Order: sequence, then structure tokens, then C-alpha cells
Amino acid sequence: MDFRLTGDQRALQAGMRELLAARFPRERLRALVDGDARTAARPGRELWTALGDAGLFALRLPERDGGAGLGLPEAVLLFEEAGRALLPGPLATTHLAAGLVPGAAEGRRIVTGLDRPGVVAHLAGADAVLLLDGATARALTPGEGNGPDALGATPLRSVDPATPLHRVRDFPPPLGGSSLEVTADASRLHREATLLTAAQQLGSARRTVEMAVEHARHRFQFGRPVGAFQAVQHLCADMHVRAELARVSVYAASVTGDPAEIAGAKLLADSAAIRNASDCLQVYGGLGFTWEVDVHLHLKRAWIHAGEWQSVAEGEEFLANMLLMSGPSETPSDVLAGGLGGDNVAL
Amino acid sequence: MDLSETLEEEEFRHRLRAWLREVLPTLPPEPAATDWPGRRAYDRAWQRALHDAGYAGLHWPADAGGRGATPTQHLIFLEETEQAGAPYVGANFVGLLHAGPTIAAEGTAEQRSRWLPPILRGDEIWCQGFSEPEAGSDLAALRTRAVRDGDSYAVTGSKLWTSHAEVADWCELLVRTDPAASRHRGLSWLAMPMDAPGVTVRPLRTLAGSTEFAEVFLDDVRVPVTHRLGAENDGWRVTMVTLSFERGTAFAGEVVACRRTLTRLARAARENGRWDDAVLRRRLGRLNAEFSALWRLTRWNVSEAEHAPHSGRGGVPGTAGSVFKLRYSHARQELYEAAAEVLGPDSLDGGREWTADRLSSLSYTIAAGTSQIQRNIVAERVLGLPKAR
Repeated sequence: MDFRLTGDQRALQAGMRELLAARFPRERLRALVDGDARTAARPGRELWTALGDAGLFALRLPERDGGAGLGLPEAVLLFEEAGRALLPGPLATTHLAAGLVPGAAEGRRIVTGLDRPGVVAHLAGADAVLLLDGATARALTPGEGNGPDALGATPLRSVDPATPLHRVRDFPPPLGGSSLEVTADASRLHREATLLTAAQQLGSARRTVEMAVEHARHRFQFGRPVGAFQAVQHLCADMHVRAELARVSVYAASVTGDPAEIAGAKLLADSAAIRNASDCLQVYGGLGFTWEVDVHLHLKRAWIHAGEWQSVAEGEEFLANMLLMSGPSETPSDVLAGGLGGDNVAL
Repeated sequence: MDLSETLEEEEFRHRLRAWLREVLPTLPPEPAATDWPGRRAYDRAWQRALHDAGYAGLHWPADAGGRGATPTQHLIFLEETEQAGAPYVGANFVGLLHAGPTIAAEGTAEQRSRWLPPILRGDEIWCQGFSEPEAGSDLAALRTRAVRDGDSYAVTGSKLWTSHAEVADWCELLVRTDPAASRHRGLSWLAMPMDAPGVTVRPLRTLAGSTEFAEVFLDDVRVPVTHRLGAENDGWRVTMVTLSFERGTAFAGEVVACRRTLTRLARAARENGRWDDAVLRRRLGRLNAEFSALWRLTRWNVSEAEHAPHSGRGGVPGTAGSVFKLRYSHARQELYEAAAEVLGPDSLDGGREWTADRLSSLSYTIAAGTSQIQRNIVAERVLGLPKAR
């Protein structure tokens, strides 16, 4: 057993970080959020094609189909980097649509998606929509009135300026003329969407720890860095712990693909992203409340991702029910094992 | 990222499982928590059984009498013994996890051959004399004095929170040998026989009603200079070798136990109707994710330890242990808070297993480095924040 990243995985991760530094530097993010909200509606064809060329979407397709033949662990590492950089756009659904929707693998088609009526991101800029509401996945693709317009969605003013949102009231009927069945197991796609979204939350959660620490080291009050005060240190330490538990959960779930582990990974990554962004805001003090500091962008993106594919309540309920279904049956030795004699606390 | 076990690891697991299936039914009933002589005998017998089957000191280096097992094998050992409901390390805890590894790392050949084999066989029980009334989290503030007198030290002072002091044969003792030197610099590590004249043990009653640890008074106790580990006044460094083990895989078995407790809690809630409470249900669901993550974190730390340049000592970096312990100790308390919710009014019955465990869980955020100290460690040594004053 060697749970650590392999050399190839570390190289892949570093490559993605470099790519994003070149293609989506902080200035691009700021231009998106500081500009007119309407121009932010599209993630940008050029960026999308660059991500496609780099293999982000085709990563897990077999090599004979133009993919890299890699697995979920590698995908998770790339999505973690995307989350860290607050890369906008329907990344997970375009990745999942590779091989199902023509052009998605190469980044020539932008594919968003959702699993129930509600809020959907990047609908106006998307070429296709994955619907993961039933046993079989469906894709709304352009032409003959089958495109994203078929959802009859209405825009809402998104809390995250880099993630435009629409409200969808109804799905088209399961086997109507406006939908296109794709040969894919919707529950598998749903699990993978959940995990890849969790990976983005993880990237954000780890990034806000770095930001908080960086600020705490350089912001002086009372003649010393605020990071020399235990009240601030402990806030940062708890952020790190949250991020670490989310990290091992997301990584392990990507290796096992186990539904319960994926649910747990999303739950912990959602909490880590939201709470770390909130704590980071606190460490930044008044600056954290301003538009010009990126902390609020992490928080707002984390709120959006937390509602995608698996809400906190759904994750907790699912994992509660898993407790009833799994686990070894109780034996008399269980009772003994839980007794007082078992607590080996060294002081 | 590979979570699969190697052929050797699988074989190790199956061999161990088969042995446990064979040996556990032959064990005598576990003695009562208050029966200290009984517990000593029981824990020693279990250690002897492990020794004879080749499982003693699994994670110790081979040249110290251990099995030189990999950290992964040690993890498998902790998981399997827990799953099978095998006895805990009990009174052998300090010997196997603190004093022994320290002696193995820092002792002379004579010291190793004198003390290590009896620990591995379960013949001798060790306790730990580090903390003092005025030196808790600030261990370097300890005052117990050891004055050199010929070829022995005269030790005077008092130690606190000494687990298993009542049944121990030896005490790993941290003392001040140079009162002029600053804090960490004037300390030495001594092995003190608990039956030496001048040693008085006064059991301390915990809030759970048990006497898990004691206060130890030392009045001009003679300890031979040959019982000192490492150089005089180098005791702080010697001790830190020990403490890094403490936060390693020591809790791996307990995480497995907590996951099983969680399953039992869910079933109990289903039976008594508390399951209908969505707030409680969701708390249990979240704890499922938390303990699963802690289990994975242990595996990550073990992988790091196994492939670290200085592997083979079975330890993980102390800072990784701090991250684990911070979350685990609080999660354990949350688990038994949830248990109290499941039990309802029965949680006030001190005779209930989960009530007793709820009480004992309160020590977890204090023992082996408080949560506040752990946060200091994470902030300063992991995150690189400036040192707080």
C-alpha cells in the first residue's frame, strides 16, 4: 500500500498548475469579476479549447479515442487545481460528457448539467446540457430546438460573479422528442460529478489556508504579525485540519470509487471549502470584507458547489443510512471492546 | 495513490486473523476495571501470548528484538486485533509505545538487553513520569531534581498523571540534573525501579470514577547512573524521540472501534425510535464521514512513514500526528455526545457502557498534548506561522 501520489501524478498536478498560471492567471479572474456581469457569462471559448488541448476533458477516455487513459485519481488532482485557481465554467460536466457529446472531449463544446430542477450554472454559455435525473443520462444538444433553450430557464443574479446561474423549473419529459439519450449510466456519472466537484472544493479549501497564513504572517498589529497571536494561529490550524481530512477523503474516494466514500468526501470538502473561506475572511479582517480581495470569491463559489449534485443534508442522510446497511454484526466481544478497560490514554 | 495491499501484507493479515481466531477463545474473562492486580496479570498474559506467537514489538526494529514490521503491517495488526475484539495493549502501553522505543533508539547495548526483552515478553510493566503539578503542557518547566551522588542520582520531587503507576515495575522519568541550565537543557532521562525506597504512589480518581493514573512522590530516591539513557542533560532530546511515537499510529485501532460504535449507535437509534429525529440522524451521517476520513488519514500517514528516508521506526512525523489527534479527539467526544442523544435519559445511568465511554472521552482533548498545544504545533511547524508568546 502506498497512498501517496506517484511521480506521474505529482507531475500532472504541477503541469495543471502551470497551465492555469499561464491561461487563467489571477488577472483573468479579476477581469471576469470586476467587469460587466454580462461579459462574464461565458467562460471563454479560447480558455475552453486550451483546457481541451491540455487533455482535461479527455483525460479518462481510452488512448484509442484520443484520451489519456487515466483514471479518477488523476482527474481529481486536476480538478483540485481548478478549484484552487477558481477556474470558472462547467468543468465537471464537460469532462463527463467527453465521449458522450461530440466535441466535449476536445473542449469545442461547453457542456453544463444538473440532476433535478433547480439552479444550473453556465447555462447561457453552454452548447449542451447533461440531465442526470434518471437511470440513463440524457443530453440536450443544439439543433432542432433541442438545445439548452429547451429547459425554459430564467436567469437569476448570481451571488458569484464568475458563475452565472439560471433557475430551471421543469425537466423535459424523459422520453420526449426534445431529449437525446446517451448510453451512459446516470448514477455513475452522478457519483463522478459529485467527486469532481468535491475535488474543486478541496482545492479552494487548501488555497484559503495558504491565503490566511500568508496574510497572518505579513499583517502587523500591536507590533507583531497577527499570526503570532494564538487566537489567529488556532483559527489557521483548524483550517488546515479541515483541509487535510477533506484531502484524504477525496483522494481515497477517487481510488475506491465507493459511493459512501464519495458522499463523505463531498460532505467534508463542502464544509472545508465554506468554513475555511469564512475563517480566511476573518483572518483578513476588514480587508476580507472587500470586493478586491479574493476571499469572497472562494466563499461564493463554495456555496454554489455545495448545492451541486449532493447537498449537505443529502450527504448526511445517505451516510446515516449506510450505517444501517453495512458493518460487521455485533458480537459479545464488541461490548467488551467498548468498555473502560480499552482506553489507553497516556498522560 | 494505491490503497491495495501487497501480497505480503495480505498474507500477514490472514495469518494474524487465523491466529486470533484460535487464541482469543482461550483467554480468561477480562478482569474488572478496578481490579488492578487482575488487570496487570491479564495484560501481561496477553503480551506473553503475542510474544510467543511472534507478534511482540511488531514495529520495533529487529536489532531491538522487534519484528521489524513495516508501518503498514503494524496498522494491519492494530486493525485486526481491534476487529477481532482482542485485548488492548493495556498496562504494556508505556513499555511498548514509549519507553521501549526510546531505549531501542537511545540505549546502550547493556541497557537494551536489560530492559527490552522483558517488555516484549510482558514480564515488566513501565509507567511514565514526565508531567508534574507545575509542568503540564509546559513540560520543560519540570522541577523534580536529580543530584549526582557518586554512581547514583538522588531524586526528589513529584510526578502527576502517571498511568499504571500502581502496577508498574519501572518508570521512565524525566528529571532536572542541571538547575542552572535553561529549561530544556538541564534535563535527563532515567529508568527508575518503582520499588525503590522513597517512591510513594497515590492513585488519582478520575471524573469517570476510575483510578487510571496516579501521583508519584519521590523522596531522595536512589537511581544508579547506569540507568540514565543518553548523556546527562540531554534528556529533552531523548524524550522527544518518545513523544513522536505517541502521536503516531497509536489510535489506529480506536478509529476502527469508533466506526463500529457508530454502526451500533445507528442500530440502537433505529430500535428505540430516535432514528426519526433528522438532526440526530444527520449527526450520525456526518460522523460516518469523519471517522472514515480519520481512517484514511491514518493510512496516508502510514504511507508517508513507510517511505520516509528514515523509515523503519514505525513512527510518523509528529506534525501529521497532531493533525490526526486534533480531529480524532474531538470526533470521539462528538461520537459519545451523539450516543447520549441516542440513549436519552438512559445516558444518565453511569453503568451504561456508552456513558462510561462518554466520560472517558473527555480526557482525549487533554491527554498526550492538549488540543491547544496541538494547534500551536500545527500553526508553527506545519503552517510556518511566527512563534507565539
